Amino acid sequence: MGGLPAGAIPQDGHDFALWEKRIDALMVLCGGKGLFTVDGLRRALEDMGEDAFEKHSYYERWIAAVNQNLIEAGVYSLEELGQRMAAVSRRGATYGEAQDG
Amino acid sequence: MPHDHHDHFHHEGLSPSGHPYRSDNDEPLSYWQCMEIAVRELLIEKGQITPAEIAVQIDAMDARSPANGAAVVARAWVDPAFKQRLLDNAGDASREMGFDIGPLNLIAVENTADTHNLIVCTLCSCYPRNLLGLPPDWYKTREYRSRAVREPRAVLREFGVDLPAGTTVRVHDSTADMRYIVLPARPNGTDSMTETELASLVTRDSMIGTGLPRQP
Amino acid sequence: MADRVRVKSMMPPGHVRAPAYLRGKTGYIERPLGAFGNPEQLAYGLKADKKPLYRVRFTMAEIWGDDAENPSDTLDAEIYDHWLERL
Repeated sequence: MGGLPAGAIPQDGHDFALWEKRIDALMVLCGGKGLFTVDGLRRALEDMGEDAFEKHSYYERWIAAVNQNLIEAGVYSLEELGQRMAAVSRRGATYGEAQDG
Repeated sequence: MPHDHHDHFHHEGLSPSGHPYRSDNDEPLSYWQCMEIAVRELLIEKGQITPAEIAVQIDAMDARSPANGAAVVARAWVDPAFKQRLLDNAGDASREMGFDIGPLNLIAVENTADTHNLIVCTLCSCYPRNLLGLPPDWYKTREYRSRAVREPRAVLREFGVDLPAGTTVRVHDSTADMRYIVLPARPNGTDSMTETELASLVTRDSMIGTGLPRQP
Repeated sequence: MADRVRVKSMMPPGHVRAPAYLRGKTGYIERPLGAFGNPEQLAYGLKADKKPLYRVRFTMAEIWGDDAENPSDTLDAEIYDHWLERL
């Protein structure tokens, strides 16, 4: 996107929430263990298209990229992911309630 | 960093900057939060990572802040030999001060009377996070990444930095394996200040290049 | 005399670290950075060759032409050897 026309830079910020810090930690830890590379994450982010940049927040895009790379590395299957996400959703309506235990 | 407990939830409360974290734990579960929980649980069950490793990594990132970079800058302001080592290899100079920056490849670029440096990553959001902590939100925006390489002076004006026409602006796009930190110029009128006092003048933005150090 | 180089202007699809706005632009090598794994292989889970990496300095006039905000300001970027042509 370097050099493309764009508007004023939004200067409001936020401190990171726990789920965002966890995604950041998963990125670093999985990279350190050789499950994927930062280049693999960037490739997955780019493949989401320009659209994703507008529609999703930073760490939303990064968990999608982490998941894409873990699937490609065979760490778990799509079936396992789908079943687990369904189970997580059934635990409760909020992030706190959806934790295991 | 000292680390004496592995409670997952002890990061809540106040951030290092003194702001409450977003109260995400009692808002409706989003699709992406659901994915984060599922991915994390699967990684743990498969034996790839442990909850303790996640807690330690979050602590390590929380412990990194612009204050680390400010200490490095202040040292360079008072110690010419250290400044030379910083300009030769900023990663090793930071490690010499005891900062755990992992494998970070860091280059320091020096602001002078006639040169101003500005850091950006147009391809993603590369930032010297292992020294300064996580980047500010604006650094990751489309607006900053698009414009910093094309109209850096206009961007600087939005951040309140109006450079004389005679100053050369050097923009650094972190496109690959290096990360960058700006060594700001030491403000005038600080001759009698201690290294610790000097560090308090060094802002995060002054090390990205979108700001200048505070005046004493 | 500094090494003058031009960034290749090819536009293959996929993950590439040479920014599009610098393709075909001429600059000079500001410093060599050593050799790093080729991101074009790493991004696809392939075993990566080590490729020399350089910091290349461009003038804003070279990149943006008459639209440059201040022609003599500069931009540095890290470009892999296989994306550079020596002039």
